[in-house]
Amino acid sequence: MDEPAATAAPEPTPPPRIRAPRAIRKWTPAPPKSAKGVALGAIAAVVALIGLGLFSVSAVREGLASVGFEDASTDIALYGLVALLLALFVPALKGLSGASKADRLVAVDLAEARAETAAAREISRVAIGYAAAAAIVFLFGLFLVANEVAVGKTFFDLALIVETFHLVGSAFWVNVEIFMVAEALVLVWGLLIAVARLAPGKAGAPVRLIATAYVDLFRGLPAIIAIYLVGFGLPLTDLPILRDMTPTMFAILALTLTYGAYVSEVYRSGIESVHWSQTAAARSLGFSHMQTLRFVVVPQAVRRIIPPLLNDFISLQKDTALVSVIGTVDAFNQAKIIASNHFNLSSVTTVAVLFVLITIPQARLVDKLIERDQKRMRAGG
Amino acid sequence: MALVEIRDVRKSYGGVVPVLNGVDLDVEEHQVVCLIGPSGCGKSTLLRCINGLETIDSGEIRLHGDRVSGPGVDVDALRRDVGIVFQSFNLFPHMSVVDNVTAAPIKVLGQGRGEAKERAMELLARIRLDHKATEFPDRLSGGQQQRVAIVRALAMDPIVLLLDEITSALDPELVSEVLDIVRDLRDEGMTMVLATHEMGFAREVSSKVCFLYGGVVHEEGPPEQIFSDPKDERTRAFLQRIIEAGRL
Repeated sequence: MDEPAATAAPEPTPPPRIRAPRAIRKWTPAPPKSAKGVALGAIAAVVALIGLGLFSVSAVREGLASVGFEDASTDIALYGLVALLLALFVPALKGLSGASKADRLVAVDLAEARAETAAAREISRVAIGYAAAAAIVFLFGLFLVANEVAVGKTFFDLALIVETFHLVGSAFWVNVEIFMVAEALVLVWGLLIAVARLAPGKAGAPVRLIATAYVDLFRGLPAIIAIYLVGFGLPLTDLPILRDMTPTMFAILALTLTYGAYVSEVYRSGIESVHWSQTAAARSLGFSHMQTLRFVVVPQAVRRIIPPLLNDFISLQKDTALVSVIGTVDAFNQAKIIASNHFNLSSVTTVAVLFVLITIPQARLVDKLIERDQKRMRAGG
Repeated sequence: MALVEIRDVRKSYGGVVPVLNGVDLDVEEHQVVCLIGPSGCGKSTLLRCINGLETIDSGEIRLHGDRVSGPGVDVDALRRDVGIVFQSFNLFPHMSVVDNVTAAPIKVLGQGRGEAKERAMELLARIRLDHKATEFPDRLSGGQQQRVAIVRALAMDPIVLLLDEITSALDPELVSEVLDIVRDLRDEGMTMVLATHEMGFAREVSSKVCFLYGGVVHEEGPPEQIFSDPKDERTRAFLQRIIEAGRL
């Protein structure tokens, strides 16, 4: 091979193709998956539920009769409840007819068939969902009345609950007092620990070390042991001030120490979540380290940590029941005394209900706050 | 004696990655000095060193002849007099516009609330944002936020103002409202050091342009000379790329 003109300017090479042309494939329209299976499942579920309902109602009536409670209006209410569930046949049957209509439509109009299938599946699932929920309620009813209402009598002796409510209720104020004071102390103490853990520079190292050691210790120590050690141990030391403290004060101290460790971690994560550019901006205006924390970082951190903080507070409130180990007569301790006197746990049920009642609104509030934060995040800051 | 004297400043991150490799620079009073150069050449780091947000490894920075780098310098005092405006505004999101502006004069300079607010409203009126005084930063456009950030720095009455790529995070149509303020400040005689990618603006506004590359000032001079007759080969190559990208 000989090159004819080596000196001639080389041909400009064409730019490389970015992508080879692809073979064209066509889309084959796919019919929707039939909703008939789900619809039949829904009808089966409703039938099974009605059966379970009738069985449960007769068992409950028997149980009530065994404790000498027979009442025509209660019977009407119980059977009325089952009759009400017959209404679940409406969505179940609608789902079935919708599903078969959709199957016929596939040959005629695919879009219509898809819409019809989706609607039929949705309504069938609604029927199944309600049936499942009702079934759980019936099963719980059966559990209560089993063995001649053994469960019901042990936990839900209404007469005893009413009779002892004032004792348990007033003892619950001790729990309320403990957690209110402890929460206020924890808010301050946790922030102090968090700031200590973020102490800057070489000089801050020992402060950071001691704060970290504290947090590690009290996060690892079960709250019940902290309460036990503080509540029984410190009075034995016979030190001034400490020897004059009441068991309730020791309980508050122990819970503050334990939850202070948790809450300091919440604060710390909040503080660290504030972008460093905020610190740079504050420092560049002449703010000192502490001024930057106080006026710029902590105010922004606090807004973000309210949900996790409330979660820790809910835990703290529940852990006030642990103070019974050092003999503080709180609601749980009072309820245990009543329970052992009557060989019946209904008074403890009262305490349980009280705790649940104060917790639910807070849990909802936390959900709301988290939802609000997520919305704000999606909106882009 | 120049207002700011930078002598053989070196800095590296973690002792391995050198960012500044012996920078020398003088900023005279009432001068506007533009730092140009490719990303990562050390423009921002140099600005952050001047007001002590970063420490330097060696060399020195002097303000009115007083060494303001190295150990023992009261950086809080330094930063009171050397203002900086950031690329991403960094307004305090939990404070209203007027509180953003008055926070430092009240907390750092100890001004009275009324006095600080009066001055803040005066400054906000100058940038025509006094009607937004009680709004929070997230209700403002990027350009408005950056104008407030400039005013926040001005409220401290700085001796010199550092502007760190203040238009880089802005939508193109918002750039001019921010640059207008810088022009005004130049006309008033404010001493400024800008790191910028806005070459047209650098050419128009600056008294001196410095081309940074690899942590060293490769060339400095009046804008006409740098932009029409660059002497250094790297400056030429850099400006050539800018022109090819249609940005000059």
